[in-house]
Amino acid sequence: MEALSPTMEEGRVVKWHKGDGDAVKTGDTLAEVETDKAVMDLIARADGVLRQVSVAEGQTVPVGKVVAVILGPGETSAAAPASVPSPRPAVAAATGSGERGAVLNVGSGERGAVPSVATPADATRVKASPLARRMAKDAGVDLKLVTGTGPGGRVTKRDLEGRAVATQPAVQREVPLPAPRSPVVGGGGAAYDDVPLTQIRKTIAKRLVTSLGPIPHFFLTTEVDMERAAEARDALNQQRGDQGKISYNDVIIKATALALVKHRACNAWFQDDHIRYWNEVHIGIAVAVEDGLITPVIRNADRKSLVEIGREARELAEKARSRRLQPTEYTGSTFSVSNLGMFEIDQFTAVINPPEAGILAIGSVTQKPVVVGGQLAPGRRMRITMSCDHRVIDGATGAAFLKTLKQMLENPLAMLL
Amino acid sequence: MATLTYRDALNQALREEMQRDPDVFLIGEEVGVYQGAYKVSRGLLEEFGPTRVVDTPIAELGYAGIGVGAAMAGLRPVVEFMTWNFAVLALDQIVNSAAKMLYESGGQIPVPIVFRGPNGAALQLAAQHSQAWESWLAHIPGLKVVAPATPADAKGLLKSAIRDNNPVIVLEGEMLYNLKGDVPEGEHVVPLGRADVKRPGRDVTIVCHSKTVSVALKAAEQLAEHEGVSAEVLDLRSLRPLDEAAILESVARTNRAVVVEEGWPHCGIGAQVVDVIQRDAFDQLDAPVLRVTQADVPMPYNKQLERLAKPSVERVVAAARRTLYLD
Amino acid sequence: MATATAQPANKTASSDVERRMLRQMLLIRHFEEKAAEAYALGKIGGFCHLYIGQEAVAVGSLAALRDDDYVISSYREHGQALVRGVSPNAVMAELFGKATGCSKGKGGSMHLFDAEKRFMGGHGIVGGHIPLAAGIGFAIRYRGGDQVCLCYFGEAAVNIGAFHEALNMASVYKLPVIFCCENNRYGMGTAFERVAAVTDVVEHACSYDMAAELVDGMDALAVYNATRRAVERARKRGHPTLLEVRTYRYMGHSMSDPLHGVYRTKEEVEEQRKRDPISQLAMKLKEEGTLDQPGLDALDAEIRAEVEEAVRFADASPDPDPAELTTHVLAD
Repeated sequence: MEALSPTMEEGRVVKWHKGDGDAVKTGDTLAEVETDKAVMDLIARADGVLRQVSVAEGQTVPVGKVVAVILGPGETSAAAPASVPSPRPAVAAATGSGERGAVLNVGSGERGAVPSVATPADATRVKASPLARRMAKDAGVDLKLVTGTGPGGRVTKRDLEGRAVATQPAVQREVPLPAPRSPVVGGGGAAYDDVPLTQIRKTIAKRLVTSLGPIPHFFLTTEVDMERAAEARDALNQQRGDQGKISYNDVIIKATALALVKHRACNAWFQDDHIRYWNEVHIGIAVAVEDGLITPVIRNADRKSLVEIGREARELAEKARSRRLQPTEYTGSTFSVSNLGMFEIDQFTAVINPPEAGILAIGSVTQKPVVVGGQLAPGRRMRITMSCDHRVIDGATGAAFLKTLKQMLENPLAMLL
Repeated sequence: MATLTYRDALNQALREEMQRDPDVFLIGEEVGVYQGAYKVSRGLLEEFGPTRVVDTPIAELGYAGIGVGAAMAGLRPVVEFMTWNFAVLALDQIVNSAAKMLYESGGQIPVPIVFRGPNGAALQLAAQHSQAWESWLAHIPGLKVVAPATPADAKGLLKSAIRDNNPVIVLEGEMLYNLKGDVPEGEHVVPLGRADVKRPGRDVTIVCHSKTVSVALKAAEQLAEHEGVSAEVLDLRSLRPLDEAAILESVARTNRAVVVEEGWPHCGIGAQVVDVIQRDAFDQLDAPVLRVTQADVPMPYNKQLERLAKPSVERVVAAARRTLYLD
Repeated sequence: MATATAQPANKTASSDVERRMLRQMLLIRHFEEKAAEAYALGKIGGFCHLYIGQEAVAVGSLAALRDDDYVISSYREHGQALVRGVSPNAVMAELFGKATGCSKGKGGSMHLFDAEKRFMGGHGIVGGHIPLAAGIGFAIRYRGGDQVCLCYFGEAAVNIGAFHEALNMASVYKLPVIFCCENNRYGMGTAFERVAAVTDVVEHACSYDMAAELVDGMDALAVYNATRRAVERARKRGHPTLLEVRTYRYMGHSMSDPLHGVYRTKEEVEEQRKRDPISQLAMKLKEEGTLDQPGLDALDAEIRAEVEEAVRFADASPDPDPAELTTHVLAD
């Protein structure tokens, strides 16, 4: 029984057009099925002989249940599964001839390609010791992102502690990705490309859905006069010569960390029945990688120098892009900063990284006309938008933090206060 | 505190208890005139006389039964088996009479008896003289089973066993009798049912009893010296009842365990310990619990083969390392 | 049911004792018949070994004991328990597995105990309790007492190692034990002659340098007198005795076994019935003028009523509390 509508959960066979023993060709109508929306055709996906018709006219069966089998030439009836366990709807399975890339492109809507044979459940199960599971849960770490160094890729305590006790190279756990295939729509050219979600995409999707939906976001925007910050930065970089440049982002990270020290209420995690106010400041910096986004963490950013921050940020970003980040390097942030300034985005709103309570979206530093002493003048301005979890941070609280941050950026010496 | 051999510690315990309570008597082969097959009862015949130190014919079933009957009538016998291998003949009296009497009489007839003797392998005694009988005995409700590993524990546990109103099995060892150790003088009583941390540690718990305690201690030393691993050695001392709380408390701290025993692997004491750990310390475990046991074969005579069969320091170290993912 | 204390020196017991013996035998007989009925009705489970035909052995021998002597028996011990003074109520309730049973419902037919009456069980392993008897004798001697221990077992137990080991040590240590072998000829379904190289059990005694006596087990008085002699030997000199008491059971080995046909003939059973110990004693009493038929009928009726009451009591008694499952495994 196929999902013949996007919302269909079960279908009622109204009329069989083919019977047991009939020869069928791809595209033939096997039966008329009443869905939650309309009466649709159930189409043959292969050539052969229809057998093992197990559902009668008038009967209602859930989507996914095998209702009949098409046997290829020379095949005898094999034991077909009672229902196909893939999360996507099943088709009248063609047995014996291996996998058929089956596509459901029936009537309404388009669907992605799925393998007709269910991927084994084990491919996605994570092996971890009971202790490691508990540690991961407590730290909010997704085990799927942890490289396990135990036998068979088992995640163990040391994998979560980052202790280098292993004397054998860490085993990279293979995450099987189903090969993307182009669909077949009854012959003809491809109208679209379906790319199955990579693990990182899946994770991003999963996490975002647990962020924007459930977390009550509100947003605060402020425009910062970056004149003095720019001058200070340029002067520093002049001084340092080729020892390595300090970027705006390094300064922003440092200022953010220091401002959080003064505004602990924003440096917090929402936990189901309590709020964890962190005494340490670990800033997550959003880094774009090939097919997504990841947030490596600069630990104790309030205590690190600009040079250290800069160096770490670069190293982490590099590791992120080459997929070499360790779990301890991308977990445990208390607050995040996302900077799209390099893409000339003036302003945007970022999605909070749960369980954190806030995130800053940094826009580009641009020259724009400003009013100074009643006169129009060019000034370098930057817009910061703070997203706050209203369960943890109220308007005034967030605003106070932003004000402090703005003060620090507009007058860098204020960071030393 | 005095330094005594395990043998003399037992002797002291017997003597003190026989002095303390006129109902306590010793019965077994060679316990009297011969001064004890392993000299555990040296001097007792001279001190207490032939009514209280009774030499028997070679008739384990018979004299074990006499012990049980005497206990039913209110005495407190200590029945010595020359080795536990011979006590198999007496199992009917231990298991069907002693262990079940209180229950099947509806609580009317307790059996305050001690069955004691050397257990497990010695050196090249071959198959019939080398078996470890813990599992067979610890299996039976109605019995208590202890296995002291040190002279102090030998004295303390034997005294407790004699004072206990139940049938208590005391598993000693030919290889332990010469072991020297500190023994508190006078009223030194070790409660039944309590394990003992012989060496505290942080990284892995090595659960052991009887002769494997010294193996575990040596393994712990090696692990500390060569690997920087701090192993905790937990001496069970009591096999029934098992000190589950001590086992769980230790594993909760170390997150990993190796269980060592002299017996065979199939249905051995270690299997019971592993069950306790996996059932009640599941979330604390960072690795599966591993066991080191005698090889699953009758004990061979040849010296090298025997050494291969017995649990060794090397095997315990290897198991500990595996639980730490060090191999 | 009190046992006799001091025995007169002459060979024949007083008519009081004889009447008491008859009463006790009738009690055993009717009790066992009722037990058989209850078993068939499913009120008694497991094994049930009946003493019917062997009454004279228990009655005669226990009449020679004091209250402070010890008694220990095998799994065919309902008769000994009743004669020793365990009430029919307590025995029937135990057979029914009730909390009011003499072993609190946790022993059953094969494990009747009464510590206060020094009835030390009720044991299920053939011959397993014989060393226990020696141990009890050991304790008596250890304490310097003059009690005796009377131990019952069947002739088949004579072949098991425990018998040999216990008797040897009883003789070596000089233990005041009376080893009373109830030779009913059949070990379950096996005639003794088929499995015993020496079929006169008394012959074994010489292996242990032990006194022995062969007794007609269908004659309660003969049993009584032989036991008295053995008791005296044990009490006065601390020496054991082996009694071979020849008796017969009219029922199968247990309720699960056939009466006859497989291993013995119906005719043999019927022939033995003519020697019924109860009839024999009843006849003797009538001849002596101690008891007449109406007296006998009244006695019989009284006993039946007592047994009926025991069944009623057992029926009405509660099962043990489920909490009793885990009590009495270990003593405090």
